[in-house]
Amino acid sequence: MAKAGGILSFFVSLYRDGFRNMTWGKPLVWLILLKLIILFGILRVFFFKPAMKGLTDEQKSEKVGNVLTQPHHTDTLNLLTD
Amino acid sequence: MDVVIWSRIQFAMTAAYHWLFVPLTLGLALVMAVMETLYVVKKDEFWKKTAQFWIKLFAINFAVGIATGIILEFEFGTNWSNYSWFVGDMFGAPLAIEGILAFFMEATFFAVMFFGWNKVSPKFHLASTWLTGIGATISAYWILVANGWMQNPVGTTFNPETVRSEMASAAAFWEVISNPVAVSKFCHSVTSGWVTGGIFVVGVSAWYLLKKRHVEFAKKSMLIGAIVGLVGSGAVMLSGDSSGVHAAEFQPMKLAAAEGLRDGGNGAAFTIVPGIQVPHMLSLLATHDWNGYVPGINDILNGYTDNDGNVIPSVEEKMIMGRKALDALAVYRQTDDPVLKAEAKEILDANVQYMGYGHLSKPEDVVPPVGIVFWAFRLMIGLGMLIALVLLLCLFALWKDKLGKWTWLLWAAIICIPLVYICGQSGWVVAEVGRQPWTIQGLLPVNVAISSLSAGAVKTTFFIFLAVFALFLAIEIRIMIRAIGKGPDVEPQNS
Repeated sequence: MAKAGGILSFFVSLYRDGFRNMTWGKPLVWLILLKLIILFGILRVFFFKPAMKGLTDEQKSEKVGNVLTQPHHTDTLNLLTD
Repeated sequence: MDVVIWSRIQFAMTAAYHWLFVPLTLGLALVMAVMETLYVVKKDEFWKKTAQFWIKLFAINFAVGIATGIILEFEFGTNWSNYSWFVGDMFGAPLAIEGILAFFMEATFFAVMFFGWNKVSPKFHLASTWLTGIGATISAYWILVANGWMQNPVGTTFNPETVRSEMASAAAFWEVISNPVAVSKFCHSVTSGWVTGGIFVVGVSAWYLLKKRHVEFAKKSMLIGAIVGLVGSGAVMLSGDSSGVHAAEFQPMKLAAAEGLRDGGNGAAFTIVPGIQVPHMLSLLATHDWNGYVPGINDILNGYTDNDGNVIPSVEEKMIMGRKALDALAVYRQTDDPVLKAEAKEILDANVQYMGYGHLSKPEDVVPPVGIVFWAFRLMIGLGMLIALVLLLCLFALWKDKLGKWTWLLWAAIICIPLVYICGQSGWVVAEVGRQPWTIQGLLPVNVAISSLSAGAVKTTFFIFLAVFALFLAIEIRIMIRAIGKGPDVEPQNS
């Protein structure tokens, strides 16, 4: 337990001192934070909601099963075909 | 353009953007680990300062690349929800392992490497530098296991009850992780990263030599970069050979498209560019047999007999079997009659390997965009060979001490930095455009894998991504150029 605590405090001090003494790396940290806010705070919340969110596994099976067994058209498959 | 095309373009852009950062991470990790090893072995401060400079550039690339892969997972859930459900644990398990592994290895060893110079012993620090690179490489393996399964779906069974591909046993999991397509893809991708890292180091060093700055640092860095890059080039060729054999075995249409081969045969020629061919070379590359049979696009459409004597049905026959599978699936899901259910299951199991073909409306739907795949393949090979030649010449010039006179070579090395990215992206175009129309080879075409979304919604996020990606890329390039401009802290400017 004491050893685990030692490892934890080592990493805490590693990160704490590392960030405190950072010079050229500071803009990178801000960049990472900005990116994570954009990704998880904006894009994930407002634009990338899981399409089957809230459905039970049975409902998901039902939904995808229905899609698979419906006839499909492939007109859009190879629009880039030369 | 409809929602399928917009979703594909969005996914392609995100994956291509992600792949700007990954190869440099993999390659620079090896370069800086070798340099730091020299420091620990020789106890020479020069190598410590040299390694620290390249670790700095590694960190810039890492910081901007971080989490770009997560966007792909957003897209799976939103744009490709049918696919995400269909692949089930097969796809989730490797990605979860990758996520956990990447997080723990990178959060620990990267931190020690980055912050720990004065906090841990040189050997512990060296181990952390190596483990940062090894962690990134292992992460790549799990991603490519998932990708390899899409190209060659082994080890799973389709469950009509859950409508998912499931791994039934530990043996199946082993089959998935040892999938030959995944293994060769991993080797090809990682070693192409070594080439990227190698030529990046060589190109940046060439710039210092042109400017007559940090000359000793630049020459020694160039030596390590060129060796790593050349080892990578050799390994890329070997793994590329293996990828070609696997494409011939599991995705012959991709190979035929990459070669623009309409009608195949025995002793097939390799097309360097239209009009210039090397006799028998394609057969040799694809089958390791001078006279091996390589099917062309028309042969695949019409059916053929492969080199092992197996009769491969025509696409039309596969479509019939696919429709049988889908009809059986519909019956299985609708009926409560156990006898009928058992019969439907039997028909489904007999035809399930062609289930995706049941969604096609005409045989030609299985032909990918030939022109794109054909030219992307040539671009990849041509640029790869050019970069290997430049690396070789740099080594020769270092050996003969000609770098001061051969400024054209220094410029060539600098120009190779953007070219190595074009080379890598072309490789992915061959791999991914070449397997169209499938998200999962033979089982699920793209138009069935898609969620029911409006094209407008995908278009909106596409342009948001484009703006965000462009901004971050511009920031990275600016920070990287400033760091390179400032230079390493190893010696006086005019040494």
